[in-house]
Amino acid sequence: MKTKLILASLFVTLIALKSYAGVTGLVTVDGSSTVFPITEAVAEEFQIANRGAKVTVGISGTGGGFKKFCRGEIDISDASRPIKAEEMQICKDAGIQYVELPVAYDALTIVVNPKNPLSSIKVEELKKMWQPEAQGVVTKWNQINPSWPNQNLKLYGAGSDSGTFEYFTEATVGKAKSSRGDYTASEDDNVVVQGVATDVNGLGYFGYAYYAENQGKLKALAIDNGKGPVAPSKETVENGTYTPLSRPIFIYVNKKSLEKPQVKAFAQFYLAQAASLVAQVKYVPLPAGTYQLVAERLNKQVLGTSFADVHAGSGLKVEQVLAKSPKL
Amino acid sequence: MGPLFFVCRGSQKMSKRFFRQSKEKLIEAILLLAASSSIFITMGIVGILVYESVQFFREVSFFDFITDTQWTPLFENPHYGILPLLSGTLTTTFVALCVAIPLGTIAAIFLSEYASHRLREIVKPLLELLSAVPTVVYGYFALLFVTPLLQKIFPDLPGFNMLSAGLVIGIMIIPYVSSVSEDAIHSVPMYLREGSYAMGATKMQTALKVVMPSAISGIAAAYILGISRAVGETMVVAIAAGMQPNFTFNPTQPAETITAYIVQVSLGDLPHGGLGYRTIFAAGLSLLSMTLVFNIIGHWLRKKYREVY
Repeated sequence: MKTKLILASLFVTLIALKSYAGVTGLVTVDGSSTVFPITEAVAEEFQIANRGAKVTVGISGTGGGFKKFCRGEIDISDASRPIKAEEMQICKDAGIQYVELPVAYDALTIVVNPKNPLSSIKVEELKKMWQPEAQGVVTKWNQINPSWPNQNLKLYGAGSDSGTFEYFTEATVGKAKSSRGDYTASEDDNVVVQGVATDVNGLGYFGYAYYAENQGKLKALAIDNGKGPVAPSKETVENGTYTPLSRPIFIYVNKKSLEKPQVKAFAQFYLAQAASLVAQVKYVPLPAGTYQLVAERLNKQVLGTSFADVHAGSGLKVEQVLAKSPKL
Repeated sequence: MGPLFFVCRGSQKMSKRFFRQSKEKLIEAILLLAASSSIFITMGIVGILVYESVQFFREVSFFDFITDTQWTPLFENPHYGILPLLSGTLTTTFVALCVAIPLGTIAAIFLSEYASHRLREIVKPLLELLSAVPTVVYGYFALLFVTPLLQKIFPDLPGFNMLSAGLVIGIMIIPYVSSVSEDAIHSVPMYLREGSYAMGATKMQTALKVVMPSAISGIAAAYILGISRAVGETMVVAIAAGMQPNFTFNPTQPAETITAYIVQVSLGDLPHGGLGYRTIFAAGLSLLSMTLVFNIIGHWLRKKYREVY
């Protein structure tokens, strides 16, 4: 602790010497629980480096975050999916402009209880399991695949305000928000972790970091998209084989908030530290060159979104999408 | 100087009396306001619940609301059947009462009839301390302690289930049941007990056959209070019962109660004024009607079995 303090104060002095005096003031962040671990880690480091700064990070889900963002209540919105057309319209009507910054890749992970014999699952099977038609009908494991056990199927997943929910439904069922409703739904991924970890018949999904944190209690299923099962990992995300469930995750920064020095410093700090901190919280960092592109985007304050039209599971790389001209 | 002095004194007396009277009036008005404010607030709450629910029932038929066995208002295939939430509420309440009524009643009889005065003065406040524990603590107690314990007995028990939530709510409401019943039992006049002893009855016979029946109206009131408390309990079920609208009366299954649904929806960021938002009020109105019915039954029981000494 003491050495950490000394190191931290050394670091602060160093920064101060570089005539980059620590900024002060409040930065408010809210939104996705998937992005939360990264933002929280960055916020911690940022507050150590800038003693006077305070960063609050909420988790109301991507949808909830954008609602607050477009009302101008927060500086930065954590998002596990790109902003949607309706949200763009609401932001536009409220006169809120923003810079879209992809910060990492996530492997949306399907988990079951360690006692479950399954090791992989096909995308069609996920669809059969989660589509709205399954509601109240598909209640046993062997209804999806006859070779699976004759046990009750207990589903846990993200709540309807969550970006993970929208991405998952779009990538598996085919249409965003199209899901059965009779499952344990929570905006807080820890509830899903707790549910699957303690339920032999449970199956759930969430961002990779929550699986990595709880590896002993959960088993991740490999995803079979017609080319054989692929387990979620750094490699399979980077080489693009973990489809359709690998996805970029974002922060959106309010343009007006960027006038506040603490928000600008926080966003820059975020991108500079992302590569190491993202790996620390067990997400997959973007390639170094891509972070540079994203940082340029921030410095030039390129407004609007390039990702909104990208279909979930398209397999496009972040740098490819960044090249597209953004729209507000 | 003299006359002026008297005039002054006279007016002072007058103003003093006037002042005192208006003070009395003011105090009366404040008391009336305080007494009626709770009525106004209740009326306001009922008014809003009814108003928003009427809007809700314009779009959803009341028949569907009370007969559909699925509750998925926020999803692609919306169903608005209150039955799953109702079954969740009733099941957790039933489990809770299975714990609270026997334990609470026994504790009340023991404290009033068997315990020495000193013991009673120590144990009763300690028991009441149970109700001072925040409900969120009970929630995590259910989820992280009671559920794993139960899973040792039933290995197939899911991590979220109504059984552990119900058991813990039961523990939580023991003081409500025991404290009020104990007061009722304690206030049974001594001569009834003495008469019973004089007839050669044992302590147990006296307690069960003479004292209990005499105090039954108060005990019933205690039970009703416990039921209303269990029906309205929110945190424990939201944390430990699973938030999954599931039409079942099997306590080993996860389920969602009316209160847990309201919490879940208010935690998200539902747009004000939509149909999804109004489901909260329809659910709230159902909850209010339920507790109202219980309270009416309690009132009726109290009147019917009231013993006047």
